[in-house]
Amino acid sequence: MDIYVLLKKTFDTEEKIVVSNGRIEDDGAEFIINPYDEYAIEEAINQRDEHGGEVTVVTVGDEESEKQLRTALAMGADKAVLIDTEDDLEDGDQYSTAKILEAFFEDKEPDLILAGNVAIDEASGQVGPRLADRLGISYVTTITALTIEEETAKIDKDVEGDIEKVEVPLPVLVTCQQGLNEPRYPSLPGIMKAKKKPLEELEIDDLDLDEDDVEAKTKTVEVFLPPEKEAGRVLEGELDDQVKELVSLLKDEAKVL
Amino acid sequence: MSDKLLVIGEIRDGVLRNVTFEAIAAAKKIDADGEIVGVVCGDQELEAQAQEMIYYGADRVVTVAHENLKTYTSEGYSQAIMAVIEDESPSGIVMGHTAVGKDLTPKLASKLDSGLISDATDIEVDGEDVTFIRPIYSGKAFEKKVIEDGLTFVTIRPNNIPALDRDDSRNGEVESKDVDVTDLRTVIKDVIRKASDGVDLSEANVIVAGGRGVKSADGFKPLYELADVLGGAVGASRGACDADYCDYSLQIGQTGKVVTPDLYFAVGISGAIQHLAGMSNSKVIVAINKDPEANIFNVADYGIVGDLFEVVPMLIEEVKKLKGINV
Repeated sequence: MDIYVLLKKTFDTEEKIVVSNGRIEDDGAEFIINPYDEYAIEEAINQRDEHGGEVTVVTVGDEESEKQLRTALAMGADKAVLIDTEDDLEDGDQYSTAKILEAFFEDKEPDLILAGNVAIDEASGQVGPRLADRLGISYVTTITALTIEEETAKIDKDVEGDIEKVEVPLPVLVTCQQGLNEPRYPSLPGIMKAKKKPLEELEIDDLDLDEDDVEAKTKTVEVFLPPEKEAGRVLEGELDDQVKELVSLLKDEAKVL
Repeated sequence: MSDKLLVIGEIRDGVLRNVTFEAIAAAKKIDADGEIVGVVCGDQELEAQAQEMIYYGADRVVTVAHENLKTYTSEGYSQAIMAVIEDESPSGIVMGHTAVGKDLTPKLASKLDSGLISDATDIEVDGEDVTFIRPIYSGKAFEKKVIEDGLTFVTIRPNNIPALDRDDSRNGEVESKDVDVTDLRTVIKDVIRKASDGVDLSEANVIVAGGRGVKSADGFKPLYELADVLGGAVGASRGACDADYCDYSLQIGQTGKVVTPDLYFAVGISGAIQHLAGMSNSKVIVAINKDPEANIFNVADYGIVGDLFEVVPMLIEEVKKLKGINV
């Protein structure tokens, strides 16, 4: 099976967000593989181990993204591709990313493409379904189980807590939800091997695209932080009095009951 | 501008979800003078749902009924809705940012070669300029986005843009459109209902969330009872999900759901930054924790330091009294 994983690097979830000049400050921030993409990598490796084939991890990012790709290779992926848009694309959006990936997949024949169901930074969840549509293949989002039998994917899809049992023929693009698997940590031998695994670097010229082809349809004009929440009141006194006070505060002061 | 906006309605268990009405209100905000055309899909008669959209502000509604639209699939629904879009040529499209909205809208945007602003929580209008506000980094920050080119296509987060008042004196045309929905590759074999009480986390006005402090799956029972008397839903921290006290579908945080209810109870939750990201934009936060140093008290409007297994049952009784439920 020819398996591809779409990966995005994101801020570490521990990071506090700092805004300066209407932009997110990323100097010195720690980056990680988007946590939902880790489920995708783990699942890709497991499916390859069961059915054979190869796992290629693809990212649209900048040269710093190599670190996250190496981590994916250390987990067990076979090959990585970095599409570096730093010089060509100032402010891409999901339309841009899907266009770039579409061009990348033009000469490929994937059986299975996996992605995170959402990236924890911009959280639009658009790129997977957009790409599948461009490639003319089916997609299933927020999956929590995947079994492949011959040419059919049998999938559990999380729909706001309910589970849909879905069957779809390959090729298919799936986006991964928490609960699908437990992503492994890279082993030391894995990390050593990853250094020698192939990592191809491309720019959009190599995909026969120019800047106009991938120009964003939407634009971020400002980034701001929510108002700092002030610490509220910790109630005092006997516990049952506190509870009574709380209920009356919620009713009369906060007006939410 | 005086254009046409399409609002895609979403039906669950035969009734329109509230976010559909919020989407109509959002469309009105985007263009106060525009025509608002609703669209709903299903496998049966949709007249009642269409009327309901009109009562909430739609000018007219197009319905598409077909046996292949019984359960949502992106393939089926995109065929039906693309057919309506081709007829109507709207200048904008609005839908709720729900499981269905998230799944369907990127496909439509792709087919339309359009941008899409997902998960907007507010809309600012200044003359002809429309700016959408949406949370990023799970609510640690917000961004303002504009459409540069093409359709004004947006999904809105439930519970943030208030619906207009229902007015059953409103009239509008309901047109049923025939679309042949064919060639579905994706088959839904079965749906296993796990979301028990029907109040969805992302749409709940009140959420009672438990953390590691709840100690067991059994420990969540009083939380369910509190949620029940408040007409709310139960959520959980990652710690509680990892410890198997509850299903991952209940997880709130940077991984998991991001919620903005009117009232959020954090019960036995310490308040890790990842959890705060998912809930700190709730309107009112109540923390119940026996550790007075717990970080959750820094974002809570009201806090009670105490044993949750004592506090929650007392709270249930007090709320019942308030609501006149027999104790």
